Amino acid sequence: MPTVSFEHIVKSYGSMTVLNDLNLSVDDGDFLVLLGPSGCGKTTLLNLLAGLLEVSDGRIMIGDRDVTDLDPKDRGLAMVFQSYALYPTKTVHGNLKFGLSASKLPRDEIEKRIAWAARLLQIEPLLNRKPGQLSGGQRQRVAIGRALVKNVGVFLFDEPLSNLDAKLRTEMRLEIKKLHDELKSTIVYVTHDQIEAMTMATRIAVMDGGVIQQFGTPDEIYERPANLFVAGFIGSPAMNLREATLNVSNDRITAQLASGVVLDLEGYDFAETPRNGTKVIVGLRPEHFGAPDVREAKAAATFTLPVQYTERTGSDATVYLKLDNQLLALRVAPDAASRLKPGTSVSVDFLSGKANLFDAQTGRRM
Amino acid sequence: MSQMSASERAAGATEVPVARAPYFVRKKKGISPQSIAIIVFLSMCALFFCIPLYVVVVTSFKSMDQIREGAIFALPQIWTLDAWDHAWNKACSGINCHGLKVGFWNSVMILFPSLILSIALSMVTGYALALWNVRWAGAFLFLLFICAFVPFQIIMYPLIVMTSSMKVYGTIWGVAIVHAVLAMPVLTLIFRNYYKDIPQEIMSAAVMDSGSFWKIFFEIILPMSGNILIVILILQITSIWNDYLIGVTFGGLNGQPMTVNLANLVTISTGTTNYAHNMAAALLTAIPPLVVYFVVGKLFVQGVTAGAIKG
Repeated sequence: MPTVSFEHIVKSYGSMTVLNDLNLSVDDGDFLVLLGPSGCGKTTLLNLLAGLLEVSDGRIMIGDRDVTDLDPKDRGLAMVFQSYALYPTKTVHGNLKFGLSASKLPRDEIEKRIAWAARLLQIEPLLNRKPGQLSGGQRQRVAIGRALVKNVGVFLFDEPLSNLDAKLRTEMRLEIKKLHDELKSTIVYVTHDQIEAMTMATRIAVMDGGVIQQFGTPDEIYERPANLFVAGFIGSPAMNLREATLNVSNDRITAQLASGVVLDLEGYDFAETPRNGTKVIVGLRPEHFGAPDVREAKAAATFTLPVQYTERTGSDATVYLKLDNQLLALRVAPDAASRLKPGTSVSVDFLSGKANLFDAQTGRRM
Repeated sequence: MSQMSASERAAGATEVPVARAPYFVRKKKGISPQSIAIIVFLSMCALFFCIPLYVVVVTSFKSMDQIREGAIFALPQIWTLDAWDHAWNKACSGINCHGLKVGFWNSVMILFPSLILSIALSMVTGYALALWNVRWAGAFLFLLFICAFVPFQIIMYPLIVMTSSMKVYGTIWGVAIVHAVLAMPVLTLIFRNYYKDIPQEIMSAAVMDSGSFWKIFFEIILPMSGNILIVILILQITSIWNDYLIGVTFGGLNGQPMTVNLANLVTISTGTTNYAHNMAAALLTAIPPLVVYFVVGKLFVQGVTAGAIKG
């Protein structure tokens, strides 16, 4: 179960550079999720690791082996594809067996591994069927099985759950997580789904425009987003981002929003010394607002705003308030949301010590 | 008893939908002018092909005496297979009078090597061009495209020189090789376009699993090629069997295919023209492609439409 590291990776197509001097290292047994919007380069990075694409410059290491110029089959990897990519004319058994065709194993060892993977994934009754006779979830299990039989240390997943329906996706998410816990292998997993990333990863690399915006544990990424992109990308509903001006005076630091509301920044862990009058962007997570019309003991700011509309998902609800012609989202209990009629004015507190501050010019966390 | 009840049930089952009044009465569509026009056109086309065919078939079973009467649409008074026997066993092509069977076996001996050679080579080339990174693949494809449109007559003389230097000119092998070579550009393009539709992820998975060009071809790609193989087989069998020009140019005296035999038999004859012999010979030559169509015709249609819903 080796480490995987990308060192100064450059990938360009003609004059277009997709990845430029990218460095990333995954520890032994980590579950790394590459997360980002479409076209951010995450799949390119995975294909470079798999050997399906060639790097223009840089080095890829798996353990202490330099695999940059190795053939895909010699890299000691197994990959699961988005569209399953099962061989349509082979049975499930044949699919699993072909996964081992590069390794020259004795016949009984091959059969032993197939039986092991089939038992682990509960696809034993399906071994003699063709992929066309399987449901989406079963196909995905077979695709994972084809990777498992190779018995390698590093597994690659390329958006493996995005073709499944919502219920199945939740089930498979847990199963993949369980497999990772059992096998203790290193996993590199590409997705654009932040729920998958937050639930499965031990490390997340958020990517945008071919650049790794932040690399850290799911909690770090959620609690302390490194820049405006990560802040806006992670979290649903998205973090409320508002322009503000810093006010520094006698130990008390506040941020004044454009609407005039003053946000108390007591307890904020500044990375640099704040200066008076700096233009900033404050980020307020929807769930860090207190219940409407209930006074919090320690509130950083109080907003009294008209309700624009409410959205209920069953387990919780989102209320959108109107602030300077923009919407301010806050998460509330469903019964509280049902009492709020559009047009009525409510008063909510933002909890102390939960705000995020970003430099308005650089977009970096302050 | 059980049969009775079964038929009763069946009768009852057919009654039910009749008894139920339709919820929404729809106006029945009459025969529209367009469909009349189409029916008339199709009937004319059918007659255009069927009437000569009818004449050929009945004439081949007539005796020469009845043919001289001139009633070409009349059925034979005495059905006889003499003409067929003569055409197969005794008809003369030039100075050889061993019938069409010589040409038939020549055609068969030309057909199989050229089928195997052209399909095997173009299939593997198409697979490499479509699914592997081949240097200069674009330029190569363009070249194939150009080659597919070069008329045979233009390269006929160079081909004769080449085949004679290969010592195959004037033999069955000469004809077979020329057929195979001439078919390859088009076949390669067809295979390449078919394989281009195979999802890239399947190829990526195969490359990661095995990485072997031949293993992927034989285990993954070849089993997925059934449809296109049927199409190519029919195309090739008909075009090779029906060819005349290549056969007459490269076959020499001993390697003439059936079509060349037939032409000699019909055009070169002494005395009165025996129409029954000619008709029987023509039908004999046409039978093999027809058999191919009847046997695999259904698969052919499936193969032609398969690209849209390949699973």
